[in-house]
Amino acid sequence: METFLGLDYPTWWYLVVGGLFSGYAILDGFDFGAGAWHLFFKTEKSRRIALNAVGPVWDGNEVWLVIGGGALFAGFPLMYATLFSSLYIPFMLFLVFIIFRAIAIEFRGKEPMKWWRQLWDVAYSISSIMLAFLLGVVLGNVLQGINLGPDYQYQGDGFLDFLSPYALLTGATTLSLFMMHGAIYLLLKTEGRLYQKIRMLLKRGMIFFMVSFGITTLYTLLYIPHLSDDFKSQPALFLIPLLTFLSIANVPRLANRKRFLQAFVFSSLTIALMLVLVAVELYPVLLFSSQDPANHITIYNAASSTKSMQIMLTIVAIGGPLVLGYTIFVYRTFRGKVTLDETSY
Amino acid sequence: MDTEVLARIQFAFTVAYHYIYPPLSIGLGLLLVIFESLYLRTRKESYHLLARFWTRIFALTFGIGVVTGIVMEFEFGTNWAVYSRYVGDVFGSALAAEGIFAFALESGFLGILLFGWNRVPAWVHLVSTIGVFLGSMFSAIWIVVANSWQQTPAGFHIVGEGLDARAEITDFWAMVFNPSSVDRLLHVWLGAFLAGAFLVLSVHAWYLVKGRYVEISRQAFGIALGVATFFSLAQLASGHKSAEGVAHNQPAKLAAMEGHFKASAPADLYLFGWVDADSETVSGVRIPGGLSFLLDYDTETPVTGLRAFPKADRPGQVNAVFQFYHIMIGIGMLLIGLTLYSSWLYWRGSLFDKKWLLWIFVAAVLLPQIANQVGWFTAEMGRQPWVVYGLLRTSEAFSQVVTANQILFSLILFFLIYTLLFVLFLYLLNKKIKHGPYDEGNEADRPLTREISEVITGK
Ligand code: HDD
Ligand code: HEM
Ligand code: HEM
Repeated sequence: METFLGLDYPTWWYLVVGGLFSGYAILDGFDFGAGAWHLFFKTEKSRRIALNAVGPVWDGNEVWLVIGGGALFAGFPLMYATLFSSLYIPFMLFLVFIIFRAIAIEFRGKEPMKWWRQLWDVAYSISSIMLAFLLGVVLGNVLQGINLGPDYQYQGDGFLDFLSPYALLTGATTLSLFMMHGAIYLLLKTEGRLYQKIRMLLKRGMIFFMVSFGITTLYTLLYIPHLSDDFKSQPALFLIPLLTFLSIANVPRLANRKRFLQAFVFSSLTIALMLVLVAVELYPVLLFSSQDPANHITIYNAASSTKSMQIMLTIVAIGGPLVLGYTIFVYRTFRGKVTLDETSY
Repeated sequence: MDTEVLARIQFAFTVAYHYIYPPLSIGLGLLLVIFESLYLRTRKESYHLLARFWTRIFALTFGIGVVTGIVMEFEFGTNWAVYSRYVGDVFGSALAAEGIFAFALESGFLGILLFGWNRVPAWVHLVSTIGVFLGSMFSAIWIVVANSWQQTPAGFHIVGEGLDARAEITDFWAMVFNPSSVDRLLHVWLGAFLAGAFLVLSVHAWYLVKGRYVEISRQAFGIALGVATFFSLAQLASGHKSAEGVAHNQPAKLAAMEGHFKASAPADLYLFGWVDADSETVSGVRIPGGLSFLLDYDTETPVTGLRAFPKADRPGQVNAVFQFYHIMIGIGMLLIGLTLYSSWLYWRGSLFDKKWLLWIFVAAVLLPQIANQVGWFTAEMGRQPWVVYGLLRTSEAFSQVVTANQILFSLILFFLIYTLLFVLFLYLLNKKIKHGPYDEGNEADRPLTREISEVITGK
């Protein structure tokens, strides 16, 4: 197999896709998390502020999903096709809630009636919760493996196959992780009584996360042995879970000291590290078959041709710096804006 | 109903719905660039107002374009798994390029376009507007290239057999410049410019009949009319070019578009008509030899008809393809007539006295929209029974593991939520139009933004 800087092309692309999904999880993660807390805020003003912390950024964050999805399609068409068609219902629900959340954000402020706003608040919060949960459910299915027959055809049946106990656990864990992450984000954007309230909520959120993360980890070690194989054979890899734990432990420590910007960095890092952990556990498999290891989808049997990968990596190499360049330009412009606002109001 | 039919209905429904919004964004983008450049040149406040007003409406079409687009992207995987596997290697690079060059460009500059009016120098803002506009043009490029590859595949070879068969890219540029992509891309762009221009015409025509914002509306109307006239004419040329391409590359589609059955004979051109697919006859008003003439400037030139193809390789819905195609052309001609006549009146200075004509413009916003929709229906239904022309059949391309019930479930969900989204769109559009171009700032679009900054800054 041809390689580039020592890594083969599918591995390169695996890194690209992984990077994009991590970016998405970190960015839309705090949107979902903030939305999940929404109904805990009682006054109209708190809710408006909370919504506005997310208001200007959520649609930009979704671009990461778009690009990540495109990258998966491009690099691993077999994985893209099998994953999305096998987990049809959760993905369709995900799409519907993505739209629903957008509608709720836009609709809410358009009429002053109390019932109207209450309605869209509920819609907004439920969609945020469901989105976080569904992402976790999908992740759980990927980790646990699905019933893939020969030809990588899914052989499960029924509407609710995707709801295994493990998927429920990973769903809850993802939700709790995002809720912690989102609460910290909100703390960066609020003041006064709302801020105090969110601090209290963050404590609960952290407990929720620790508990569900603990249970999921135990369950994984006990019932999903194929995920820890790599670690047994290559002890050096234990560094990753270790780092993850350290990063997690840092969040409450910093939060207690009210250093929320740093806490936010670490909750972002936690999300990234947890995904690295997942990526290492999976590699080079993309989707386990619960039937037969011969039916696993791996980065090799799912990969596009080397030619195609080369073209795409060229595109990324040209486009990446370009995107980076103007992103910096845009952020600089807005950095100016923020200081201006703070001094001018 | 079986899975294939349901999957096709769902795809057609969601993509047709998506395609209401991007053309508006692309077209409005062009007008925004024009308004803003004029402002920069002349420093007339009215152009500034126009640019800001239409930016608010652009934000709306853009936002809905994005969320409905996400659905499209994942629907390939959920409903067309076999197809995705088949084309992934070829489409992949086009999609990756789209993500990086188009969507990232758009969303990067969108922030400045929407919220940056008072925060950046005017020229930086113009650069951002151009960035967003180019980004939306680029997104059309890649997706139309991908679709054109499906119509006229090039630059690939097939590896594997049976279920495992898939297309692998051999020549990137041959894939990008496949035989139909340039013609179709132009046609799509022009259709989008028309959609945007006619929205601007419609709204300002409405202000004019109501006697509101008269000065500024006359300016805007004049500019948009120029754009609309030019592109209506160009669209005829571009459509003609597309049709020549179809005749050459997809003869069965062309035959369906004109209801031409005889295997090889001079073909007529119908102004309108009705196809009876069972008896293989068309009744209607026709120009004998017209199609032959358009293709070869000779009314006697034989054109391949549907009978030259086995039944299994002909488009299933000949009459529908025929009707959609003729509606598009009818609208194209109507737009040319309408814009030329109005430009002439405008030049004579009597356009704005003709209330009835302005009312026509108020309604005419629907025409390019309908033409865009039926254009795609022609192109896509005329391509049947193939998903990848001549290589992969639609009946083999859908996700085998998804059941009819699952699709029914998602179809109903989409139907409900898209109806809601459409109501929202009309409601907000109406509100913004009623509110008019004057506004203290675009913060008004998101009144909460001000409130939160007050809270943050303790004011
Ligand atoms: C890159 C690919 C691509 C692009 C850019 C488009 N389509 Fe398409 N379209 C497909 C790829 C496709 C497809 C996946 O290949 C379908 C699904 C079933 C089929 O036969 O082709 C299809 C089917 C399909 C159908 C159903 C035809 C039938 O089943 O008889 C309609 C009405 C449209 N499309 C309409 C559109 C519109 C309005 C588009 C403009 C945005 C559009 N398509 C862009
Ligand atoms: C099946 C076909 C299509 C798919 C899969 C698709 C996919 C998408 C996706 C994922 C987005 C959201 C991007 C973002 O987050 O910024 C989007 C938006 C957009 N799409 Fe599509 N699209 C399709 C058809 C088209 C066509 C044919 C055009 C061009 C004429 C088009 C033009 C746009 C534009 C300009 C946007 C930006 C939002 C807007 O301006 O409304 N799309 N599309
Ligand atoms: C004026 C005469 C027109 C002619 C002769 C014409 C011709 C064509 C042809 C032959 C196709 C099929 C191309 C293919 O399948 O590859 C097509 C598609 C299409 N048309 Fe037109 N057209 C005309 C006007 C319009 C107008 C006014 C609009 C919109 C404002 C429009 C929008 C479209 C769209 C969106 C498509 C689908 C995309 C494509 O396949 O290019 N057309 N047209």
